[in-house]
Amino acid sequence: MKKSRNRTKSRTVSYWIMVLPALVWMVAINIVPMFGIVMAFQDFNPGKGIFGSEFVGLENFEYMMQMKDVSQIFTNTIVIAVGKLILNVLVPVCFALLLNEIKNVVFKRCVQTVVYLPHFISWVVMGGILLDVFGLYGPINGILSNFGFEPIAFFRSSKLFRQLVIGTDVWKEFGFNAVVYLAALTGISPELYEAASIDGAGRWKRMWHITLPGIKPVIVLMTILALGNILNAGFDQIYNLYNQAVYSTGDIIDTWVYRVGLNDMQFSLATAVGLLKSVVGFLMISGSYLIAYKKANYRIF
Amino acid sequence: MVEKKTIGQKVVNGFIVLILLILALSCLLPLLYNLAVSLSSKAAAEAGLVSFWPVDFTLAAYKEIMGDKSFFVSFWVSVKRVGLSLLITLPVLTMAAYPLAKTKEEFRPRNVILWLFVFCMMFSGGTIPWYMVMKQYHLLNSVFGLAICGGIPVFNLILTVNFFQGIPKEMEEAAMVDGAGPWHILLRIIVPLSKPVLATIALFTIVGHWNEFFQGLVLSTGQEHYPLQTYIKQLIFQLDTSQMTAEQIKQASMMSNTTLNAAKIFISMVPVLCIYPFLQKYFVAGITLGGVKE
Repeated sequence: MKKSRNRTKSRTVSYWIMVLPALVWMVAINIVPMFGIVMAFQDFNPGKGIFGSEFVGLENFEYMMQMKDVSQIFTNTIVIAVGKLILNVLVPVCFALLLNEIKNVVFKRCVQTVVYLPHFISWVVMGGILLDVFGLYGPINGILSNFGFEPIAFFRSSKLFRQLVIGTDVWKEFGFNAVVYLAALTGISPELYEAASIDGAGRWKRMWHITLPGIKPVIVLMTILALGNILNAGFDQIYNLYNQAVYSTGDIIDTWVYRVGLNDMQFSLATAVGLLKSVVGFLMISGSYLIAYKKANYRIF
Repeated sequence: MVEKKTIGQKVVNGFIVLILLILALSCLLPLLYNLAVSLSSKAAAEAGLVSFWPVDFTLAAYKEIMGDKSFFVSFWVSVKRVGLSLLITLPVLTMAAYPLAKTKEEFRPRNVILWLFVFCMMFSGGTIPWYMVMKQYHLLNSVFGLAICGGIPVFNLILTVNFFQGIPKEMEEAAMVDGAGPWHILLRIIVPLSKPVLATIALFTIVGHWNEFFQGLVLSTGQEHYPLQTYIKQLIFQLDTSQMTAEQIKQASMMSNTTLNAAKIFISMVPVLCIYPFLQKYFVAGITLGGVKE
């Protein structure tokens, strides 16, 4: 009895040693910066540091509310994020359904490998290539000019910028996003299809009554989880695609915080806006996980 | 299931194949465009004559890279960063995931610790405080800094925890009866069974660190410390032709080198593009097993 208690104890000590490095990493890099949030309530002065700077209460937030920029960047962020949210579910599902109709395994495998490719290319490189391809003298305008169109500066147009950002993101990620749906499709029993075709159900009927209901739980789950990202419009992508001409429609919270904070050195204001985003984002993500747990019985771990 | 195909079905099938081919091709086009520019003559590239096929084929740009020291400096920074991040991430996550995959009875603080990690995934102090802390730690211009500055990769940790939970208990119980301790079980039983998830987080770590440019930009004070993507960002930034008039492009291209840049960009993509097809079966299994848990 005593021996087994000793063994349990030594095992628990080993467990603690095993998680320790991860805990140290988390505390040093993830937790410590959270205390920097006090800067949002200070008139932060780099010379005086966090402990010497003057507290100003909610002044930064009041100033923020009066800025025209701020309502603009929140609108841009939400519009772009919602567009991505919807299409990043819809397009991968459609793609998975189309691929599911293919019986030739080699062709299927090849298409899959190729559509994963853009996901693995960084936005720095992809942004650079897209700016060239859509540039005034790029291939897209080259094709358009054959049909008699004037050249369009696509990524300089504030009218087109949001659509282009949403479109290029959906295009870059649809293959990778389809992984979960393709996996769900393989879980549908072939007997269901056989029974349906004996009953005379055609391709569309089978898709509508067997395939879609089969992957519906996964679709619902992925949509709910995506809801939490409503304030993440994609910093890497937009930072690598935008320019001054499209700030009015393309500037999002994260890019604005970066410019105001690290370029203009307005540390306190940038931290205040960043904090607002973090808090709202945290509530959205927690909410979406809670709904996923209640509705789809989803557990993170 | 033998089914007679009507003409209508054949047409629909052909149509589906066509759509899939177009989608797949669209994913290759940016790569082809970049490759075509890098293999064309300078004159053709700068006149905008290149679309998806090289014009006046030449390897001049690739020969020129050989003499470009700053490119290789950044390339080497990125190689070291990826190597170091793998050396840190894989052991730390594997070790942490094992006790966290235990039940609450076996390791009491398991749930608290896991929720703490999840909290760190969903909430952050923001860019500015993060930068100041990194500066305080003297992690600017350091490869070690780049390897750890993203914080603990919680998503990968949870992927691993979920995978470990799926390993049948009987396997380790047998070893426990024989008197094996936790370290022995982890190394000799759990790790050998976890190839798919370890390959998945290795892939995510390699790709994530290879493609990362922002931390490299913020945490470096000079170009000699830039990882490759940050270096490339500087090249593209100088040469964003979408914002220039024809006259400006001419001027810019006299100072820089379109085909050389395209060659650098292409080389920067090669390592990742060489790895992922081979790890495909693992990451598909890894994501579906660890990510979507019902």
